[in-house]
Amino acid sequence: MSRNALKDYLRESRLFRNRIIVTAVAVVLLLGALVTRLVVLQVINHQHFTTLSQENRVDVRALPPTRGLIYDRNGVILAQNLPTFSLEVIPEQVKDLDATLQALGKIIEISESDYKSFKGQLNQQRRFNSIPIRVRLDQVEVAKLAANRHRFPGVEIEAKLLRHYPLGEKTAHVVGYVGRINQEELQRINEEEQDENVASSYSGTSHIGKTGVEKSYESILHGKVGVRQVEVNALGRIIRVLHSEPPEPGQDLHLSLDIGLQSEAIAAFGEERGAAVAIDPRNGAILALVSNPGFDPNLFVEGISSSDYKMLQQSKDKPLFNRALRGQYPPGSTVKPFIGLAGLETGTLNSTQKNYCPGFYQLPGHSHKYRDWRKGGHGSVNLIDAVTQSCDVYFYALAHQLGIDRLHEFLSRFGFGRRTKLDIEGERTGLLPSREWKKRVRKQPWYPGETLIAGIGQGYFLATPLQLAHATATLAARGVSNPPWVVQTKGIKYVSGAMHERDKPTILQQRNPNNWIKAIEAMTQVIEGARGTARALKNENYRIAGKTGTAQVFSVKQDEEYDEEKVEKEKRDHALFIAFAPVEEPRIAVAVVVENGGHGGSVAAPIAKRIMDYHLLKK
Amino acid sequence: MSTNRFYPPSGLRESNPTKVDGLLAGLHLDLPLLTGLILLSLFGLLVLFSASGESVEHVKRALLRLALAFAMMVVVAQIPPAVVRRWSPRLFAISLLLLVAVLVAGHGAKGAQRWISLGFFNFQPADLAKLAVPMMIAWFLAEKPLPPTWQRLTIAGAMIFIPILLIALQPDLGTALLVASSGLFVLFLAGLSWRFLAGMAITAVPSGWVLWEWGMHDYQRGRVLTFLDPERDPLGSGYHIIQSKIAIGSGGLYGKGWLNGTQSHLEFLPERTTDFIFAVLSEEFGLTGVILLLSLYLLIILRGLYIATRAQDTFSRLLAGALTLVFFVYLFVNTGMVSGLLPVVGVPLPLVSYGGTATVTILTGFGILMSIHTHRKLLPT
Repeated sequence: MSRNALKDYLRESRLFRNRIIVTAVAVVLLLGALVTRLVVLQVINHQHFTTLSQENRVDVRALPPTRGLIYDRNGVILAQNLPTFSLEVIPEQVKDLDATLQALGKIIEISESDYKSFKGQLNQQRRFNSIPIRVRLDQVEVAKLAANRHRFPGVEIEAKLLRHYPLGEKTAHVVGYVGRINQEELQRINEEEQDENVASSYSGTSHIGKTGVEKSYESILHGKVGVRQVEVNALGRIIRVLHSEPPEPGQDLHLSLDIGLQSEAIAAFGEERGAAVAIDPRNGAILALVSNPGFDPNLFVEGISSSDYKMLQQSKDKPLFNRALRGQYPPGSTVKPFIGLAGLETGTLNSTQKNYCPGFYQLPGHSHKYRDWRKGGHGSVNLIDAVTQSCDVYFYALAHQLGIDRLHEFLSRFGFGRRTKLDIEGERTGLLPSREWKKRVRKQPWYPGETLIAGIGQGYFLATPLQLAHATATLAARGVSNPPWVVQTKGIKYVSGAMHERDKPTILQQRNPNNWIKAIEAMTQVIEGARGTARALKNENYRIAGKTGTAQVFSVKQDEEYDEEKVEKEKRDHALFIAFAPVEEPRIAVAVVVENGGHGGSVAAPIAKRIMDYHLLKK
Repeated sequence: MSTNRFYPPSGLRESNPTKVDGLLAGLHLDLPLLTGLILLSLFGLLVLFSASGESVEHVKRALLRLALAFAMMVVVAQIPPAVVRRWSPRLFAISLLLLVAVLVAGHGAKGAQRWISLGFFNFQPADLAKLAVPMMIAWFLAEKPLPPTWQRLTIAGAMIFIPILLIALQPDLGTALLVASSGLFVLFLAGLSWRFLAGMAITAVPSGWVLWEWGMHDYQRGRVLTFLDPERDPLGSGYHIIQSKIAIGSGGLYGKGWLNGTQSHLEFLPERTTDFIFAVLSEEFGLTGVILLLSLYLLIILRGLYIATRAQDTFSRLLAGALTLVFFVYLFVNTGMVSGLLPVVGVPLPLVSYGGTATVTILTGFGILMSIHTHRKLLPT
């Protein structure tokens, strides 16, 4: 080797060694950076990533609770959960989806909209989740499919529980119905449940109470959602169950309703439109609550078809309208016993005092004639006569003497003009007019003539059948006012006559118990008196106290005469009747309204009679 | 000897000859390197068994491939460095031809043409290039005294650029990167001036922009964007990185235990037996396991660099150094990618990731290193 070459060789070696040192240092530094990075991930942010990893693998699945059942007071089932069958497909297990659907379509009917909703869900769901293609299969369809099942791997017949109302129309306005949770309800549920760590109480549940008891008692009927913590893989498939908390089924409810009585009342209405409410005056229990006609609540459970809904919505009979709670009618002469009692209790009236009825009444200094329903008048009548014969003139004078303020104060004690606080939502307030009300709403002063009209339950005065029944029950209980209710608390079976814990009665102020006896005696004479407007109801078995009423739908001009025969059905008067029985120890108070029924005594009273007969005699 | 002599850590220096050493020397094998590689491979198999969902089949196949690769290493170790050197230009020419062939008639996966089917075996010419390029550059530069002149550097640059271009056309960014680095490491070790390196760094920025605008496929651009912000597409390309970071981070200091990694066993982690196997290891063995793994790699790399310093001719030392550093690039790019330090580039974790011809290539490289170390002639002192 030459000197030069050796020199080169040594120079090269030195250069190379330097370079190797530089790279070795670089390697160590870069590995140091990597380790630093790993320390950041694995030590400093370890908790964060552990949480993410947990969230990745653990999925909380909701186990929906079974909805509580609803029974009547005798244990007859009013709302139940029936298994229904649906046809479901697991796309992952089906080789040729289109061919399978086509073949299925030859066995059972699959509509265009079924296909559409299936296709929609197909894109949203995971491949191993089953997707319904047909719901509510009937027995024949289930049998046909079961027989052909071997031909369709990945196609299953699934059973699930669906709300069913076996008595349909009869309970629609009391029990109400459930339906699919809509966007608005979902939002409300989400707002109420702020805590995101808890599984929403409605996850896994598709239905919610929409009306009636189903809505008002939703929280009790629904129950408590269960959870199952599962380990899932990246595809969402369950690997194993980590923890399971079974759902608590919703509580069963027993209603105060007697479904036999309810059916009897509906039968009594026949084709008539109207409402009837029967209350046990001893405790406020609703025995029957009828709004006729009803509708089939089962139609709403899985979503009502638009044609069915249109039919119900457009029907002249308004079957969806809950007349018992929401129908507001002029109470007419049914308020007379209450006004009479007001007269006695305020000392305005002496029960034996007689007033002369010439067939009309005129306010002092006014020429306007306020007519009596009987053209010739009732002659000289005392309070009992006036109630028995429903003399308007007597009550015009009494109302005038009382004045609207005292009238308003006294009638409101019976619950007129405000909600009775029934435990079903949707009740309306009716209208008990007052000076203050007219000023606020109508921006007008109160005229004395309006007091007279209010005195016979006409004019602005409006009451719901429920309010009428409640007021009647209060009168029947001699001033013990029990708020009405349909559900026994905490699922305790109804014991006849037992006081309802939750609703403490209020005892109305009584100047003199004799006044109440007088008012009730007057009502008894309506049935038992020779000139009573509901004489037909008199019977051997029990004594009834009642009052007929006729509410004008259509005003008759000052000099015209109302002739039932000449007026179209829609414009005819509403017929009303309130009653309770037995007079001595009342066990039932009833209010009946028959829309455009004409006279209360002839149309509404027989319905009330049938209700009372059933309750008092058939048991 | 001069005063600035490089002293490697004592453990990496020649130990006293023993019986085993004698046997290994006879087989032209290097004990520290062999120990490191075998331990690493065994650790890899352990992780693979877990990552594959406890598939014995996977482990068997990996074992077979490793056996093949180790055999290849032993065979190559027998070839004297002089022969390797002589063959370098021919091997380079062959790999260029094959790279052209694969572009014309290759089979592809995921829109890339990478391999030639040899019936029983899918051969990737790019893997051959990983060895042929540093061999060629080392051969070329060793012809004349170092440091190389500008002219020779230019020629060497062109020799690196052509195969890279062919690989990038396939397109295979990861391999192109590895091949490029293998060539550049030779240049660097040959004494490429620092001024030139500084110049390269400065021109890298505009050429990066040019590459971004015209040189990249959409999916490659997406990877870079995803690297910069994995949350950009959490269900698409960002998913890999998010899930692998969760796997690593949730492993903590000691890991969830072997076979207990939820991220991998529940299949949240994609490509868990191949490119992302490091995340499986980090999840199950924690930082402790990772440091053990990195220590094995460091042992191998430092031993490789030591072998390079002890090599007796320019060609050998350049090649030994470059091959060792490419091994480090594999490691760093893969772990950097999996831990979110670097963008997602398809580079396996050497000797641990399942499959590919990479294992064979890498161990062949180590065969060359062993050959260089065991074929030394004793110098007159």
